[in-house]
Amino acid sequence: MTLDTNKIRQDFPILKREVRPGVKLVYLDSTATAQKPESVIMAMDNFYRHSNANIHRGVHTLAEESTALYEQAREKIARFINSASPRQVIYTRNATESINLVAYSWARANLKANDLVILTEMEHHSNLVPWQMLASEHGIRLEFIPVTSDGLLDLDEYRRLLTQNPKLVAFTHMSNVLGTINPAAEMIKMAHAAGALTMLDGAQSIPHFKVDVKALDVDFLAFSAHKMVGPTGIGALYGKAALLDAMPPFMGGGDMIKEVKLRSFRPNDLPHKFEAGTFAIAEAVGFGAAVDYLTGIGMDEIASHEHEITEYALERLEEIPGIKLFGPSADKKGGVASFTMNGVHPHDVAQILDSIGVAIRAGHHCAQPLHEKFNIQATSRASFYLYTTKDEVDMLVQGIYKVKEYFG
Amino acid sequence: MDDLYREIIIEHYKNPSYRGNLDPNDISFADNNPLCGDHIEVNLCVDEQGKVSDARFNGHGCAISQASADLLMESIIGKSLDEIKRLTKQDILDLLGIELGPVRLKCALLSLKVLKAGVYGLGSASDDLLE
Repeated sequence: MTLDTNKIRQDFPILKREVRPGVKLVYLDSTATAQKPESVIMAMDNFYRHSNANIHRGVHTLAEESTALYEQAREKIARFINSASPRQVIYTRNATESINLVAYSWARANLKANDLVILTEMEHHSNLVPWQMLASEHGIRLEFIPVTSDGLLDLDEYRRLLTQNPKLVAFTHMSNVLGTINPAAEMIKMAHAAGALTMLDGAQSIPHFKVDVKALDVDFLAFSAHKMVGPTGIGALYGKAALLDAMPPFMGGGDMIKEVKLRSFRPNDLPHKFEAGTFAIAEAVGFGAAVDYLTGIGMDEIASHEHEITEYALERLEEIPGIKLFGPSADKKGGVASFTMNGVHPHDVAQILDSIGVAIRAGHHCAQPLHEKFNIQATSRASFYLYTTKDEVDMLVQGIYKVKEYFG
Repeated sequence: MDDLYREIIIEHYKNPSYRGNLDPNDISFADNNPLCGDHIEVNLCVDEQGKVSDARFNGHGCAISQASADLLMESIIGKSLDEIKRLTKQDILDLLGIELGPVRLKCALLSLKVLKAGVYGLGSASDDLLE
């Protein structure tokens, strides 16, 4: 079934705006952050207008309502990823904080010097730096699954690394630069067979196609609301119950405790053990509304729409002389087209595209090592979502020809 | 857009006059713009009166960053190190002759930061050097 993009676009107020008078917005930067539908904006607005109170402690009506909304959103998120229970869904600020939670709580309790953590060369900085910090503090060892020239993970090399007794394999489900969708189920199975746990960075996958934690058998899954039409400032960590139960708390403070004495405390049960302090309550409610919205449209429908747009975009971009595309072919990737242009820096590409309203991202997209691997400093990246149309891809192509005019 | 990509900027980007290295040199310094990985290295030769006798830059980056580096090198030859220490962000904007938003401003100012950090003998190029 194809999506009715025109109807979907009506749900997103920002898509109606002009960047400047007479210049319509063509938003091709959803990989950085997605736009928000009316329903998400309204859910948060309504929360502040109608229900706002602090959660879990109050006994008055508003506190009850707020708590219920906060926990209902958690239940929606749990269902969305097919988690056995909502208590396995921990609210965080974003995927970055989710990964840090695993690195601080699980890894510090379970890894010792010389223990091996396997990452990949295509990781976002958020799944590199926390492990580098752990490596320098605790002497854990890091190895990286290489990326092949066509933008795929080298699974033979992964097999070889797995013979070195790794404790954890942490990798992205979908590259934010190449768009590569990694064979997560297969890689997780291989890791488990080698005795390692797994952590999947789902920041780019969960917004775009169905991710089922039971089917994947993944141990930890990190993701952000703002990339899946939800608000910024909230994300989640899914974990297997036995692992989360055994982990020490991440941050200390209110709400994460059962009992506090002057010199000691007893941590709360899941999921509250990991949620210290007053959380982003309205954002959690917005997160729940985002999940409702995506579920209403259908993740399989979203995935097939994006595939169609990506195929079209790659085809059109390949026709332009002087453009070099990065990453695998459309059948192996999500809605991302990263490219370089002969003699023109990506910043200049992005700037000139902006003059006709086309918003793309230019830079290293928080994946500097990956760019180094391909011997480039930066790329231009157009990314697509459920509201992207072929007309918008045409605008991108038109803009690139304008860049060529300037730089001749 | 035509303002931003004035002919002078495209021209200095595509055909820079002061791109290269000076060997030997008296001052050499390099740093990056962490936002986009733009890289600028500045080499200076300084005569006995403490004036810049020659200046070159090297590196990679967008048209704004590379053109402003070229224009900056051109403008400092014959200037004393004290004069260079007094250069500010406005001097770069005057050289470029354009208005810039906060993101592109960083591109334009990288060469000035690198130059001043080199002249002051600092370890890294900070934003404090721009005022």
